[in-house]
Amino acid sequence: MRTLILSTILRALTPLFISFALYMFFRGHNNPGGGFIAGLIASIPFMLHAMVFGYKRTTRVFRIRPRLLAGLGLLLALISGMFSVLRGEPYLSPVWVDEKLPVIGKVGTPIFFDFGVLLVVFGVVLQITFLLTEE
Amino acid sequence: MSDILTPFILLPLWVLLIAFIFCILFWKYAKVQAVIALTSAAGYLLSAVWLFLAVYQDGIQVVQIGNWPAPYGITLVADLFASIMVLISAVIAFAIILYSLQDISAERKRNGFYPVLLVMVFGVCGSFLTGDVFNLYVWFEVMLVASFVLIVLGNRQGQLEGSVKYVTLSFISSGFLLTGIAILYKLTGTLNMADLSEAIAQHPDPELINLATVFFLVGFGIKAALFPFFSWLPASYPTPPISVVGLMAGLLTKVGVYALMRFFTLLFTYDLPSTHSLLLVLAGLTMFFGVLGALAQRDFKKILSFHIVSQIGYMIMGLALFTPLAIAGSIFYIVHHILVKTNLFLISGIVKVTQGHYLLSKLGGVYDRYPYLTLLFAISAFSLAGIPPLSGFWGKFILAKAGLEANRYFIVAVSLLVGLLTLFSMSKIWVSVFWSSAPGEAKGEFKYDSRTLFKSHYLLILSSVFLTLCTLVLSFYPEALIALSKRTAEQLLDPQIYIDAVLNNNNN
Repeated sequence: MRTLILSTILRALTPLFISFALYMFFRGHNNPGGGFIAGLIASIPFMLHAMVFGYKRTTRVFRIRPRLLAGLGLLLALISGMFSVLRGEPYLSPVWVDEKLPVIGKVGTPIFFDFGVLLVVFGVVLQITFLLTEE
Repeated sequence: MSDILTPFILLPLWVLLIAFIFCILFWKYAKVQAVIALTSAAGYLLSAVWLFLAVYQDGIQVVQIGNWPAPYGITLVADLFASIMVLISAVIAFAIILYSLQDISAERKRNGFYPVLLVMVFGVCGSFLTGDVFNLYVWFEVMLVASFVLIVLGNRQGQLEGSVKYVTLSFISSGFLLTGIAILYKLTGTLNMADLSEAIAQHPDPELINLATVFFLVGFGIKAALFPFFSWLPASYPTPPISVVGLMAGLLTKVGVYALMRFFTLLFTYDLPSTHSLLLVLAGLTMFFGVLGALAQRDFKKILSFHIVSQIGYMIMGLALFTPLAIAGSIFYIVHHILVKTNLFLISGIVKVTQGHYLLSKLGGVYDRYPYLTLLFAISAFSLAGIPPLSGFWGKFILAKAGLEANRYFIVAVSLLVGLLTLFSMSKIWVSVFWSSAPGEAKGEFKYDSRTLFKSHYLLILSSVFLTLCTLVLSFYPEALIALSKRTAEQLLDPQIYIDAVLNNNNN
C-alpha cells in the first residue's frame, strides 16, 4: 500500500506522535495517561510506516528489535520496584528523590516503572505489527 | 514481622520473571535459553525451600505490594499450604525443565518454548501466593495464556483440536470466576481474602453469598476438572509433548484444587452442611467417572489423563469432609499425586522414545528390554493405585480414616472401590506395555537397548529417577509430611490466623 499522501504526511506525523506520547506519559501521574497509553501512541507512526513502506524497510529504519525493547522494559519495571526493598519497604513502594527537577518535577521510581510499561507496550505492539505485516 | 523477611515471598516470583526477561533478550539463542531455564528452575527450587523454611519457622509471611495497607492494596500471603504448593511446584518445574532439554524438539525451543514455560510456572506460583481474589484471577490468566501457547506450540492437528476445547472451557471458567468476583465485591465491598473472610462470616444474608459460591465452584471446578466439567482434560492433555503434559498434569489442575481448598476453608464456610455436602457428592462422582473413563481407554497418555480426574476426587473428598485429619489427607494426597502423576507421564514419554507409540496395542516387552525403566514405572504406578507401603497408600489411608471418623461410609466405600479400579487400569498398562512380549510386527523395533537408551536420553531418565526418589522418600518416611499436613490443616481450619496475619500486619 504505497500512498504518496500517507508517506509524505508520515514525516510530519512521526515527531508529533512521539511528542504527544511523551506528553501523555508525563501527564499520567495525576491525570488520564501513563505508560500504557503512551506506548500505544508512540507505536502508531511505526505501524503506519510498516503499512506504507513494508515491514522490511521499517525494520531497517528501526534497527532495534522491538522484542528487545519489550524485554528491557520489563526488566526496568521489575528493577524499579526493588529500590524500596533495599530501603526495607515492601516491593514496588515508591521511592522519591527529595529535590525537584526543573520542568519534570519530582523524580521517583514510579516513573521508571511507567517507562518500563511504555517500553513493553511499545515493543509488543511493534512486534505484533511486524509479524503480521511480514506474512 | 521484620523487614528483612519480606523479600522471601517475592524471591520465587522474581527468579522466574528475571529468567523470562533474559529468555526474551536472548530470543535467538535457544541453547542460552535452556541454560537460563535450568538455572532459574534451580534458583526457584532453592528460593521455594527458603520460603518454606521461613514460613515453617516464623509463621505466615505477608507482603503488602507497594506499601498499600491490606484491604486496599494487593497482598501476597505465604502460609504453610501456599508454601508447600510453591515448593512442590518448584520440584516439578525443575524435573520438567531437566526432562525437556532432551525431549523438546529444536524447532519448539526456537519458537520460545522456555520463556512460555517459565511464564506458566510464574503464573502457578503467583496463584499460590496471592491473597487477593481479583489478583488470583489475574495469575490464573497469566498461567492459562501461557498454557494455551504451550498446548498449540508445534501446530499439529491433534493439538489444535484439543486446544479448542481447552481454550473454550477455560474462557467459560474465567467468565464464571469474574462473575463470582463481581458478586462478592458487590456484596461485601472488598476483594482481599482475609477481609472477605470476615465480611462473609458477618454477612446478614448468607443466601446471597450462595450465588457467589456457586460461581466460584463452577469456575474453579472447570479448572480443577471436577465431575461435570472434566471433559477438556483428557481431550487436551494427551496432544502436546510430554514435558508440557507432565507440567500441566502436575500443576494446572492442582492450582484449581488449591483455589477450591483456599476458598472453601477461608471464605465459604458459612453453611457447611450444604456447600461441603455438595462438594462431597462432586468428589465421589469425579473419582468414579474419572476411573471409568480410564478403564475404557487404550492409550497410555489417555489412561493417565483420566486418572488425574479420578485423583482430583480424592483431594476434594478431603476438603469436603472438613475435619483436620481429612484436610491433612488432602494436602498429603496433593503432594503425593503431583510427584507420582508427573513421573508417570515422564515415563510414558520414555516408553514412547523406545517404541514410538502411546497405543497399548502397539507397545510391549519393555520389561524384557529395560528392567530399570519398568522398576521406575512400577513404583509410581503402584503408588498411584495405593499399594502399601508406597505414598499413595498413606494418602488414601488418611482420607479413608477421616471418612470413617466422620461417619461418611458411602464415600469411603466409593474411594476404596475407585482405588481398586485404578489398580485394575494400571495393571492394564503394566500387562500390555511391560509384561507382554512385543506385538508381532513391532518386535525388534526397539531403537535402543538398555545402555544406549541411557546414553542418548540420560536427562529423561535422570529427571524420572529424581521424582521417583522423592516418591520413595514420601513412601518410607511419611511421618514428616503427615505431621506437616496436620499442622497445615490446623492453620487452614482456623481462618483467624490468616486474617490476623494479613490485616493486623499493617498496624506495625
